[in-house]
Amino acid sequence: MNAPVYNFAYLDEQTKRMIRRAILKAVAIPGYQVPFASREMPMPYGWGTGGVQVTASILGPDDVLKVIDQGSDDTTNAVSIRNFFIKTAGVRTTTSTGDATVIQTRHRIPEAALGEHQILVFQVPIPEPLRFLEPRETETRRMHALADYGLMHVKLYEDIARHGHIATTYAYPVKVDGRYVMDPSPTPKFDNPKMSNCAALQLFGAGREKRVYAIPPHTGVESLDFEDHPFERYRLDGTCAFCGANDSFLDEVITDDRGGRMFVCSDTDYCETRRSQSGAAETRAGASVPR
Amino acid sequence: MTDTLQEEPLLIAEGLSKSYGRQLGCRDVSFELYEGEAMAVVGESGSGKTTLLNLLSTQIAPTAGRVLYRMRDGVTRDLAALGEAECRLLARTDWGFVHQDPAMGLRMGVSAGANVGERLMAVGWRHYGRIRGSATNWLHRVEIDPARIDDMPVTYSGGMRQRLQVARNLVTQPRLMLMDEPTGGLDVSVQARLLDLLRGLTADLELSVVLVTHDLAVARLLSHRIMVMRDGEVIEAGLTDQVLDDPQEPYTQLLVASILPP
Repeated sequence: MNAPVYNFAYLDEQTKRMIRRAILKAVAIPGYQVPFASREMPMPYGWGTGGVQVTASILGPDDVLKVIDQGSDDTTNAVSIRNFFIKTAGVRTTTSTGDATVIQTRHRIPEAALGEHQILVFQVPIPEPLRFLEPRETETRRMHALADYGLMHVKLYEDIARHGHIATTYAYPVKVDGRYVMDPSPTPKFDNPKMSNCAALQLFGAGREKRVYAIPPHTGVESLDFEDHPFERYRLDGTCAFCGANDSFLDEVITDDRGGRMFVCSDTDYCETRRSQSGAAETRAGASVPR
Repeated sequence: MTDTLQEEPLLIAEGLSKSYGRQLGCRDVSFELYEGEAMAVVGESGSGKTTLLNLLSTQIAPTAGRVLYRMRDGVTRDLAALGEAECRLLARTDWGFVHQDPAMGLRMGVSAGANVGERLMAVGWRHYGRIRGSATNWLHRVEIDPARIDDMPVTYSGGMRQRLQVARNLVTQPRLMLMDEPTGGLDVSVQARLLDLLRGLTADLELSVVLVTHDLAVARLLSHRIMVMRDGEVIEAGLTDQVLDDPQEPYTQLLVASILPP
C-alpha cells in the first residue's frame, strides 16, 4: 500500500503563492478584506478552512505550530488541525505559546504576550462586520471604501437602548489603524485590547467567505464605543479553580446536575504553565481533576 | 414666502434628460428652486416624476443635462462633478428623502431612536446621551410618543412610520427635502395629519421641497409652485393656485377635472 503523498502543507505551490499575495496586500492595507480564491479543504466550512489555508501558505519546515480552539490545545478542532499539519507538512508542533512560531486560533488570543517572531492566524466565520446591518456585499464594500461607518454605531446604540450597556461580548467591532472597521472574528471582547500594538503579525482567514485580512505588528486597534459608554473588557468574576489566576479569561464548567460549577482558564497553556511554576505537587493535583 | 427667497437658487436643473434604452424617462426638464420654496411635480404614473426625483438626488445619472446645487459654503456646484463620498455626505446632511414606502427609508430592524440617530452617528456623533436626546426631541416634534423610542418601526402604524421617516431625515437640519408620494397609501385622516405636520415643519425650518405626487390636493396644500409632467416632459408650470385654478393645457385641465368633488 502506498502512503499518501502531499505537497508540503497540503496546498500546491501556486495556491500558496496566490494566498501569500493576498496576505501581502492585507498587511499593506490593515483591516481591509482582501478577496482570495479559497480552495476546497478536506474539512467542512466552519471548521477553520480559512485559517488552515493561511497557515498552510505561511508555514515553513522550521516553524513550530500551535493550534488552539477556544483557548484550548486539546479540543477536537485543535487536535485535528494539528494532526493535519503533522501529516501534511511534518512540522514540529507544541502546546506552549512561547515556543510556537505560528499559532492558529479559533475564538481566543493567548494570555501570554506574543513576540515579533510569532504569527497569529485567526479562523473567521463572517469577516464582514457590517453584514447583519447591511446584507448587500456591493453596499458594504462601498461603505468600507468611503469609510461610511455610521451604521456600526447604530448597532452599539441598539445594544445600549435595549440592555443599558453595550451587550456585544464577542466579535466586537474594531477600527484598525484609524481607517478600516474590522470584525476581530468571534474572539471575546476581553481579547480586543491585546490586538492593539501587538508585536506579532495577526492574520485572519475566512474560507467560505473567501477573504483574508491582517493587523500588522505594532498597529493601533481601537474598539468602537460611545463617549458616555466607553469600551469595557468583560471577564467572569472569579478565579481559575486549577491555577488560581484572577486575570485570565475564564470558562464556566458545569460539574454536576445539582448546580455545581467551577471556573477554569480558557487558555490551557497559560493555566498549565502557572501550575507547573507553582510546584510539582499542585501540578499532579491539577492533572487529576476530571475534565 | 417671498421674504425668505435669496438671490441665488438652491437647486438648478438644466435640460435634464434620461432615457432607459429606447424608453424615455424624462426629457429636457429645467427649473430653479429657491430656499424656502416648495415645488410639486404632478402627473400620472409613468410620466417621469420619479425619474426626475432620482436624477435630482444623484441616484441615477442623467443622459443629458445637469443638476447644480448651492452647497452650505455658498458655492454652487455641479453634482455630477462631486465625488461619491461628497455626494453621500450631502445626501445625509443637507438633504432629506422621504419615500412613499417607509420601509424603503427606514431600517425596520432597529429601534425608532436608532433610526433617527443614524444620520447623527454617520456624521460623527459619539455621545449616546446626546444622540438619544436629539432623537427624543425629534420624535416629539413629529408627534410620536417619545416613550416608544425603543420600539421597532414594524410595530408602528403606517402614519407613524411616515412621520418617523420625516424625523429621521430632519435630524441633521437639511435644506432640501425630496419627497416621493409622502402620503401615498395612508388613509385620509392620517394623510391630513401628516400634511399638516409637513406644512408646519417646512415653514418653520424654511425647507426647500421637491414633492412628487399624483394627488393635486396634496400639491395645493404643500407647494408654492407646480410642474405638470406628461410622457417625460413638463407641459405646464407655474404658481400652484394659478395652475390649478386656471389650467391652460388640455391634459392639466383633465387632471384638475378629475379631482373628486368633496
